[in-house]
Amino acid sequence: MEPAAAIPAIEFRNVSYGIAGTQVLSGFNLQVESGETLVLLGRSGSGKTTSLKLVNRLLSPTSGDVLVNGVSNGEGDVIHLRRSIGYVIQDVGLFPHFTVERNIGLVPKIEGWPADRIRARVQELLQTVGLTPDFTSRYPHQLSGGQRQRVGVARALAADPEILLMDEPFGALDPLTRDELQHEFLALQQRLHKTVVFVTHDLREALRLGSRIALMEAGRLVTVLSPRAFLESSDPLASAYVRAFGEGLESSANRGTS
Amino acid sequence: MNVFRFILQNHSQVLELTLEHLRLVGFSTLLAMAVGIPLGIVIAHRPRFNKPVLASANIIQTIPSLALFGFLLPVPWLGERSERLAIFALTLYALLPIIRNTYTGIRGVDPAVVEAGRGMGLTELQLLFQVELPLAVSVILSGVRVAVVISVGVATIAAAIGAGGLGEFIFRGLAMVDNRVILAGAIPAALLALVADFGVGWLERRLQPR
Repeated sequence: MEPAAAIPAIEFRNVSYGIAGTQVLSGFNLQVESGETLVLLGRSGSGKTTSLKLVNRLLSPTSGDVLVNGVSNGEGDVIHLRRSIGYVIQDVGLFPHFTVERNIGLVPKIEGWPADRIRARVQELLQTVGLTPDFTSRYPHQLSGGQRQRVGVARALAADPEILLMDEPFGALDPLTRDELQHEFLALQQRLHKTVVFVTHDLREALRLGSRIALMEAGRLVTVLSPRAFLESSDPLASAYVRAFGEGLESSANRGTS
Repeated sequence: MNVFRFILQNHSQVLELTLEHLRLVGFSTLLAMAVGIPLGIVIAHRPRFNKPVLASANIIQTIPSLALFGFLLPVPWLGERSERLAIFALTLYALLPIIRNTYTGIRGVDPAVVEAGRGMGLTELQLLFQVELPLAVSVILSGVRVAVVISVGVATIAAAIGAGGLGEFIFRGLAMVDNRVILAGAIPAALLALVADFGVGWLERRLQPR
């Protein structure tokens, strides 16, 4: 469907980022195609989260350029940029003093949507993430970890952004809930076709959710592979990952859901 | 009891001085909030200013109140009216707890929440008013509470420079060596402190984020 020379949704062009004398990211080049789920896989400190924050400009690159829809994200209004990108983090970051409804409806509200449209959108999103309408008036502390994360996803989707950034969104959940949410994420992504950049250190999750996996180590991109190719890769780091996660990975690999 | 009979006999004066006292405390607390809360917000976001601001407020706190009133007397506009001077001095004393608690309250907001808000595209002002201040409000108010209680006490000294308030009774009683008169000032002042403490405490609990 897509034209051959489509502009990538996100592109890192020779990006480096350093802070206080530490090089967190160096010579980073990567293209994220529109509608794919690109997983950034790597251990803690490999630069995954930094790469993600460079996309919505929570961090600015020391050198190089991050392009969103073909335009450097340093140009133009950073607030507008962020509102057009959904952002989900591990600690969820739900506003504890807001109800579920206000949490989800915050971006639409500051974008000036009329109240009834926000209300309808919140209902629609609750359904999308598998929550019942009576959740609207609850506060985050009244929710389970899995429910909170669902609300976090709903909030990120509120203004219907084309791009979703997800920083270990399921990392703090128990295995059963994580499995459930991963499953729902796949179903959701098949419907919505968002461009997703997904950070994780869990190879199983990467294989399951990613259309491609970008393997990172010490601030550098090691390789970008499809889940299938990752399993068969001869790259020493990739095969070290596969060994570390052991048997049974074959069945996790994403078989072209997107 | 003697004291209470004295208070009853002079109830109109007690009431008048209590109102004066309230005015001193009220104005100075509002002023201190108007200055201290913005200052606290600034140093919470610009850590570089944190030390000098808190240190200055701290130093002011260490000046004995009677001395501070004295120091300020020759200051042009301020020294002209003793009530003005008293309110100014009380404001200075109330600053430290308010600045410090605003700073602590805002720094205490979960960084993940602030980051999520920023990542969603809230402007810094929206972050402040919709996220940081509502989440810090009970800590800020507990600073205000401390400030009010300190002010009620320090304001009794304002009578020494003729600014009125319940201190009038206390100083008069001291001069007359009459405990009844001292207590006629001290008891209402203590009650005022208790009521203020309770009132702001109630507000604090009501505004507490969940």
